[in-house]
Amino acid sequence: MNDKKIFLIKDKKYIIAGLVVFIALFTFPFWYNSGKAAPGPEIKLTEKAKAAKECVMPTAYMRAEHMQLLDIWRHSVVRNSDNTYVNPSGKAFTMSLSNTCLDCHSNKADFCDKCHDYASVRPYCFDCHIDNPKEIK
Amino acid sequence: MLELALKGNKKYYGWITALLVLVGIGFGAYLTQLGFGLGITGMSRDVSWGFYIAQFTFLVGVAAGGVMVVLPYYLHDYKAFAKVTILGEFLAIAAITMCLLFILVDLGQPMRMFNVLLYPTPNSVLFWDMIVLNGYLFLNIVIGWNVLEAERNNVHYPMWLKPLIYISIPWAVGIHTVTAYLYCGLPGRGFWLTAILAPRFLASAFAAGPALLILLCMIIRKVTNFDPGKEQIQSLAKIVAYAICLNVFFFLCEVFVVFYSQIPEHMDHLKYLFFGLQGKSSLVPWMWTSMALMVVGIILLVNPVTRKNENVLVVACLTVFAGTWIDKGLGMISGGFVPSPLHHVTEYAPTVPEIMITLGVYGAGFLVLTILYKMAVGVKEEVRS
Amino acid sequence: MESSRRRFLTMTGVAVLGIGAKPVLDVLAAGQAEGAGSVELKKGDGALKAKQWAMVVDTRKINKASDLEPMISACHKIHNVPKMETKNHEIKWIWEEEYHYAFPTEINKFLSEHAEHVPFPVLCNHCENPPCVRACPTKATFKRELDGIVMMDFHRCIGCRFCMAACPYGARSFNFRDPRPFIKETNKEYPTRMKGVVEKCNYCAERIAIGKMPACVEVSNGILTFGDLYDPQSAVRALLKSNFTIRRKQSLGTEPTVYYIV
Repeated sequence: MNDKKIFLIKDKKYIIAGLVVFIALFTFPFWYNSGKAAPGPEIKLTEKAKAAKECVMPTAYMRAEHMQLLDIWRHSVVRNSDNTYVNPSGKAFTMSLSNTCLDCHSNKADFCDKCHDYASVRPYCFDCHIDNPKEIK
Repeated sequence: MLELALKGNKKYYGWITALLVLVGIGFGAYLTQLGFGLGITGMSRDVSWGFYIAQFTFLVGVAAGGVMVVLPYYLHDYKAFAKVTILGEFLAIAAITMCLLFILVDLGQPMRMFNVLLYPTPNSVLFWDMIVLNGYLFLNIVIGWNVLEAERNNVHYPMWLKPLIYISIPWAVGIHTVTAYLYCGLPGRGFWLTAILAPRFLASAFAAGPALLILLCMIIRKVTNFDPGKEQIQSLAKIVAYAICLNVFFFLCEVFVVFYSQIPEHMDHLKYLFFGLQGKSSLVPWMWTSMALMVVGIILLVNPVTRKNENVLVVACLTVFAGTWIDKGLGMISGGFVPSPLHHVTEYAPTVPEIMITLGVYGAGFLVLTILYKMAVGVKEEVRS
Repeated sequence: MESSRRRFLTMTGVAVLGIGAKPVLDVLAAGQAEGAGSVELKKGDGALKAKQWAMVVDTRKINKASDLEPMISACHKIHNVPKMETKNHEIKWIWEEEYHYAFPTEINKFLSEHAEHVPFPVLCNHCENPPCVRACPTKATFKRELDGIVMMDFHRCIGCRFCMAACPYGARSFNFRDPRPFIKETNKEYPTRMKGVVEKCNYCAERIAIGKMPACVEVSNGILTFGDLYDPQSAVRALLKSNFTIRRKQSLGTEPTVYYIV
């Protein structure tokens, strides 16, 4: 018990100095980048996507929740063998990243990647599902 | 107590550095594997488990072997083992650490490892293996640490530890039984499809584990001021003697059943291992060496004159350890995959990167072992002086 | 409608485990806000249905390797099965074997001339009692209750290869490396695989879902017949009734659903 007390008093300044250095380093990215927010990505739609006007769900929903939707889709198709998705307005879609999503959004580089790069995420979807490079300019 | 592992002489730090270098090399090789895939190993479509899983299997045995000092001390109150139980428990911790690392490096998608917890599947033996291995690791950390701390403070270990100690004894048997069940419940693999597999695993474990422990005791005696004791080493040697006899006996039971019944699916694997099949025979010299080593081990250990001579005992323990390692770490897994279920003969040999990763894992395990033993020996020296 | 909504809810419940509760609750809340939670997940209208899919191979119609070639290449093409450089890394869903290898436990010393010489097509047996499903620690491979197909969920497979050790038919392949560079022509309608997962024949689950027969059956010239094992009126049952058939390693109790007329 006594040992520990002595240990604390003697090393107090080192501990505090260490903590300060740690906090400074840990928060470095925040204050280094403060006030310099990078502009949000500009996403391009393909002609086909423009013509369709709305995705399987409203744009705002898709923007925020497409990964959850895709997770449910894959679960549904692979594990429950349900492959048709009927959205709230009664429109039916085949649940398929390769054949439905990427058919319309065939410009992966300008659509998917831009936002994913900006958000610094690397979903492994594309390790297996291939973008349809039909309309890439 | 960890601070005890920080105070050491030059040799100690040299050894730690050497192990760290080994871990570093292994880690580098693992990064290559992570990038390329398991294709950098010698495994194939036909032999889909190789060196990693074999080492895993062997080391589960070493971990289970720790119980051979725990059981006599706690269950039969064999006082002499008071000095060495902690060594057995800490050896188990290091061995299980290596087991878990070997499973990890064997996974094709290690990032998804936690799927085993997210989608618990009780019908899979691997699920149970995960539970028993982690449970045994946890038990040994809690028991080893608390008993050692109590010894350091010159008090009796807390009473709540008692039930955990008793649980840890059958648990040790459990880890190797479940590990055997990984293999022996598979319908198409005649080599493993035998009820003697779990007992055989345990017998070889109770030989390899204590044999390694004897060697470690001798090293400790040489490099520290703590002597695990002559009586302790002799008792362990007797355990190794009986266990290695049982291991060979169980193996011969298997040989009899297989060759007297003459069922090809069971016979062909043993034929491949000991005589070669369709002209492929790379494991044959290894398997006969393993048998010879185990027989030499039996002769040296059963005979009291040779067993009591500690120099000969070292040789005996080395032969037993090497013999069981070849048996399990080389033959047991490959042997089950050759010939394949379609009766093709595809041979397996580990590649250089595969061996580097394996050595890296062994390095990590011995690092854990060194630090734990340094602590244990530190406490023993402290208490004595 | 009601039942599929319930299924949607249970499924989201399952998803909670994987991705944390918050986003899933958002999905549900959003779904509800659109009006009475009216998202529906269902089968396609044209989907083929069966209690247990099964296949009959009429080996009497096989004469030479080129008879099997179209089936193998059709399957491997549409499923993006790569052609690996080394035999160790080989990936195959359906392939040919000599009788001795296809039926190593039923070897007669003196076989009929025909059995001795023709190649036998082998593939996943989609066993009724599959040992691979028993072995998988994550349910990444599972038996579909709906129609008995033994499926692979490539998203979930951790690559432990326990299923490969468990399969008595060598039906499973492992991606020892990234397969993409070894796919000559990628079928964009079907995903490729990534390194580190196991794959095998899926009885063309993706084709059955849109009312098509498995690709190999379609090009087999009558060698393969596909149908419901438990429908007495099915084409498969008709063949089983009028012909003597064998299955691979019947004695193991795995109940393969691929039958061979020899």
